[in-house]
Amino acid sequence: MFNNVRLALKLGFYGGIIALFISVIGMVETFDQRNIINGVVSIGLGVLLINVLVIGYQTAARIGKGLVQPGENGKQTARARAIVIGNGSLAGAVVSSWLALLVLVESQINLRSVLINVSPELISLLTFGLETGAGALLLLFLGTLFGGLGAFTFSLPSRVRRPLVAGLMWLAFWGLLSGVIRTTLSEIGIPSVVAKLFVKIEGLTPLGAVIIFLLAIAINLGNQRWREPLIERITLLPPTRQRYFRFGTWALGIILLLALPWIVGRVTSDTLVLVGIYILMGFGLNIVVGKAGLLDLGYVAFFAVGAYSTAILTSADEISAIQISFWAALPIIVIITGIAGLLVGAPVLRMRGDYLAIVTLGFGEIARFIALSDWFKPWLGGAQGVINIPSVALGNFLIVGPQKLYYLILAFALFALFISRRLDKSRVGRAWEAMREDEDVAETMGVNTIYYKLLAFAMGAMIASLGGAVFAVKLSAIFPHSFNVEVSITALSLLIIGGIGSLPGVVVGAFALVGIPELLREFSEYRLLLYGAVLIIMMIVRPEGLVPSTRRARELHEDEAAQDDWLKSETERNIITPAEL
Amino acid sequence: MKNTLRQRIGEQFSLITLLLWALRVGVFIVVLWGSINTLASGRYEASTWINLVIAGLAQGSIYALIALGYSLVYGILRFINFAHGEVFMAGAFTSVFVAEALERSGFFPKYPILTFAILLIVSMTSSTVVAVLLERIAYRPLRNAPRLVPLITAIGASFFLQYTFRGLYGSGFHTYPEFGQLWGVWNIAGMDIQIVQVFVFLASLLMMAGLYLIVERTKTGKAMRAVSEDKEIAALMGIDVNRVIVITFVIGGMLAGSAGVIRGMYQPQGIWFFMGFHPGLKAFTAAVLGGIGNIPGAMLGGLFLGVFETVGPTLILQGLGIPAANQLKDAIAIIMLVLVLIFRPQGILGEKLAEEKA
Amino acid sequence: MFKRTLLVLSLVLLAGMAIAACGGGNDVVVIEPGEPIHIGYMLPTSGGASVYGESAIGAMNVLISQRGQLLGHDILLTGEDTECSAEGGETAAQRTVADPTIVGVIGTTCSSAMTAAMTTMSESGLTVISPSNTSPALTNPDETWQPGYFRTAHNDLFQGAIAAQYAIEELGASTAAAIHDGDPYTEGLATAFTDNFTKLGGTVTTTEAVNKGDTDMRSVLTTVAADSPDVLFFPIFQPEADFIVAQSVEIPGLENTILFSADGSFVAPFAPSAGQAALGMYFSGPYVTGDKEDTFQADYLAANGTVPPGPFGEHAADGLGILLNAIEAVAEVDDDGTLRINREELREAVEATTDYDGITGLLSCGPKELVPGVTFRGDCATGEALGVFQANQAWIDSEDAYPPDVLWTP
Repeated sequence: MFNNVRLALKLGFYGGIIALFISVIGMVETFDQRNIINGVVSIGLGVLLINVLVIGYQTAARIGKGLVQPGENGKQTARARAIVIGNGSLAGAVVSSWLALLVLVESQINLRSVLINVSPELISLLTFGLETGAGALLLLFLGTLFGGLGAFTFSLPSRVRRPLVAGLMWLAFWGLLSGVIRTTLSEIGIPSVVAKLFVKIEGLTPLGAVIIFLLAIAINLGNQRWREPLIERITLLPPTRQRYFRFGTWALGIILLLALPWIVGRVTSDTLVLVGIYILMGFGLNIVVGKAGLLDLGYVAFFAVGAYSTAILTSADEISAIQISFWAALPIIVIITGIAGLLVGAPVLRMRGDYLAIVTLGFGEIARFIALSDWFKPWLGGAQGVINIPSVALGNFLIVGPQKLYYLILAFALFALFISRRLDKSRVGRAWEAMREDEDVAETMGVNTIYYKLLAFAMGAMIASLGGAVFAVKLSAIFPHSFNVEVSITALSLLIIGGIGSLPGVVVGAFALVGIPELLREFSEYRLLLYGAVLIIMMIVRPEGLVPSTRRARELHEDEAAQDDWLKSETERNIITPAEL
Repeated sequence: MKNTLRQRIGEQFSLITLLLWALRVGVFIVVLWGSINTLASGRYEASTWINLVIAGLAQGSIYALIALGYSLVYGILRFINFAHGEVFMAGAFTSVFVAEALERSGFFPKYPILTFAILLIVSMTSSTVVAVLLERIAYRPLRNAPRLVPLITAIGASFFLQYTFRGLYGSGFHTYPEFGQLWGVWNIAGMDIQIVQVFVFLASLLMMAGLYLIVERTKTGKAMRAVSEDKEIAALMGIDVNRVIVITFVIGGMLAGSAGVIRGMYQPQGIWFFMGFHPGLKAFTAAVLGGIGNIPGAMLGGLFLGVFETVGPTLILQGLGIPAANQLKDAIAIIMLVLVLIFRPQGILGEKLAEEKA
Repeated sequence: MFKRTLLVLSLVLLAGMAIAACGGGNDVVVIEPGEPIHIGYMLPTSGGASVYGESAIGAMNVLISQRGQLLGHDILLTGEDTECSAEGGETAAQRTVADPTIVGVIGTTCSSAMTAAMTTMSESGLTVISPSNTSPALTNPDETWQPGYFRTAHNDLFQGAIAAQYAIEELGASTAAAIHDGDPYTEGLATAFTDNFTKLGGTVTTTEAVNKGDTDMRSVLTTVAADSPDVLFFPIFQPEADFIVAQSVEIPGLENTILFSADGSFVAPFAPSAGQAALGMYFSGPYVTGDKEDTFQADYLAANGTVPPGPFGEHAADGLGILLNAIEAVAEVDDDGTLRINREELREAVEATTDYDGITGLLSCGPKELVPGVTFRGDCATGEALGVFQANQAWIDSEDAYPPDVLWTP
């Protein structure tokens, strides 16, 4: 009993800190202007609400384990249920008491001179426009109510609870994306009169919200009811029919992949193109980091070389001496970037681990400095960049706009995927693997590590150059500032978030780290905050990545020992060298 | 069979060694050529060079203070705490509000030294709190994860902290009050030397000396060294590894916090949420330059980097006729790092660390 | 059984594609009664340049609350973050043009964002008015300009020329140095200055550059000081400009050099931050003093809780004012209050704007021959509303004394 209360207090305490944090840094107020459901709940309040609900639910889940069996209806006693809900309410009350405290403190001391976002608007939002005392009490009451509600949700039988939770999650998700839904509906030809019933500029309409909620529940229930039987039926089919089925799934997938930009509309296609560019970068970096085990933090350099060579070879601007077509330029772009890969690779051949990381990080910055410099301005455009990069032409057909560019990036990504798959199974791939496992042993076994390291850098660079080329064409103008360290960081992060060495992981990682933030652009200044938080949480919850490649996780642990050994050997060599001379 | 393999490896290495030597000689000639050209042009007087070196030392000592945080953490946990620049920012950004308040209230003009002490305490405290929270929330759960995982976490933490402080304090620029006593000139042997630069240099040296004593002379320091050698054996010897790691983050945070105030004394303008990112990268470079994990190395690396990026563009690049040479000062710093690592892959003082480990 | 499903599915998909392909742009925006007139913005709301985006949004909100309703409809302002980068500008453009309810757009702040957004915006039929783009290429039809683009900020050609003219004619300078920070804006302005300075008979001793994030400027200042130029022109932003001013006093050789900056650092917090060293330094920038400006400052303070951080919001307010006037002129109002706004006509109406009495002066958006032989399109500001300002002691002591009175206008 006492333990339960302590747990509720503890969870409420943490939840309260989170609620206080998002209020004080201004998220609640900023997102009060955008609604999840128009006229009912704004994103700002919604975030606080979800926080309280989750805390209530979590409290119930931790306490309820021994008390109620949520799956088996009828077995819970009224008493157990009361304990769970009571503690959930307590936790909710503790969460909201933090906010009430903020309201009370602000009414006495002017916090705004330091904490810039503790504005009168925030306070009136938290107190629902009431006076300080009454507002704080209302806040406490609502916290208690929703904490209890969260706990109540847990005490429901799972048949009811799962669809309910799924419905709420869908609602929150699509509510956040309502801007994208609205433009997409109008683009795929839904008349605005109809579209307005479901979603308006300010957010989902109550009707739209109800439909999404019901849809989620229906899908969840359908899934529970029919998924198992369906799989069972398919496995029972004769082999020929099964083959048909497999073929059908493939065909459907391909059709979907091809029709995607026209289903999701322009905005999402633009995001898809960007995701595609990062998928390309991920495939390329996977060769360097994932396969060959060389930690490269300056991958943006090759992206930049690809983009700049595209720009200079094809631009109509006076800066480019020759102006050739994209397709004629493509082989030259790839070769130039490959050479750049060798140039970066050569000086760092003997470095490992974190030393390699900082040096490659430096090379990435040097690429940007050179593009930016007045020194190279006559050839690279300096700060003014290169403008007037024409669109890609395919015969008489111009690949312009995100929906058509999608096919270009899709083709490049499939090509890079093909190369990566082939490398995996080839001699080269095995050599890289050996080198990554243990460089010294690989060397003694006859693997020419210098050759394979340089090959990895060059191959990785060439794939990045394709991404750079699409990037340049997409923007029609490139500036040095686009090629900063954040690009390298994103490429490496998506690789690790996805699960290093895993090709599906690259795709998942790119969607998670590039696609979702891009769709949620309205979060503008809080986007990087959320991005950082997601990186931290993901790494703590799933350090092996979203789609891990099982073998790689194990190997990475061994890396640590390798670097220390290497340090030792380097030192020994340096001690010996002077004597030899 | 074994012999031929050896020979083959030997050949590879000789080819690479040759290439590296060619690179070294080439860079050496370029540097020499540029320097001689600049000096021969007679554009700058000797006193100008000395002033630049002193400015570089002052800037470098700030880098060094931050670099120590990288090095300490690396020495013990073997990972790059990418968010350490943000720890520095946290201290400087928080204390600037105290400084502004004290200036407004009239306390600062009356008691400048006391103000300095207060700022130092505030800054060190906030940096330390951030560093310790970082360790507790973001890094501790990953103690035994693969090496790349905490690196990504640290990168995430860096963004998270930047935008947290932006949310808390806003995106405007703040300014430290000017400590009038520091803004003057000492005339030594016909040379004008800025007092503030001497102050920055000495204050940083003091901090570093204190750290060195802690690590070398105290029991805690001994425990830190033991943990950095081998966590498991240290734990077997009865050392509370978690405590030592927290202490490491506390010390790193305190040094970064003091660097924040010193930066505020020396360059009072432009205190904002993004101020930690660039110095963080520089300090990281400095730590590697000096031999990461090595305390005197981080100091030396910081000073070396500061001097080189201040003097380098003028001395080397202008002689080569490169326009807007100062734009490339970061590029010079990086190229120098690459060169040093080619010569000495373990950094300037990295050897000592490895010897101890051996 | 399954094959048939597949067939049906693919037919549905093909039909969907066909519908999508026929969709096309909509030339007329219809606003039904009770619906707002939707204005989009494309401004930096995150990153280092967000202060410009925020002040522009604040200023536009002031104007919107003053106007109340337009033709019986509320005015709704929503927008996209451009992050002050080419890729941010391009994405913001894609998202803006995908929204059929948007009537007109205010943006962007950074020229690089607009360069990447230009084609998309122009092809969509939308009207874009930028409050802060200054790159000459953007309004030059031979380079980047495409129909539908206008701006209320001053072309660099004006500001560079005015600064050079002032330096030579009023300050009597014969040598000058320039420092930029690698930003396309500052690099462009520094180049415009040095070009004009040379044209007017002066000598440019050095063109140097710093990087964003630099804090120690002694090295670059030493380089500049070797020639002791009469004027040092550094049209860069905070905080690098603060460091240059504050550290310039330490450098021997710069004692008699006049510091000259531009609107990038002509912001309220600048002089208090740079300190005593800023006393007497010059700024070129938009001439935003006068009654209208005073009213604007007061309204902005009341609406946003702070004074505007610099003269960027005024341009945004003027741009929105021009846009709203044009909407008023071209909108067809039905009996029930429904508005029909033809996007093409809206462009023509904006272009036809003459002598709009804005906070930043009289604005006319027609074609102008700014350089002999080149007709620029879309420049609303004519450069007459630029001025030179000087930092005084009152401003150094408190940012409330910003802005100082104008010292000289061309």
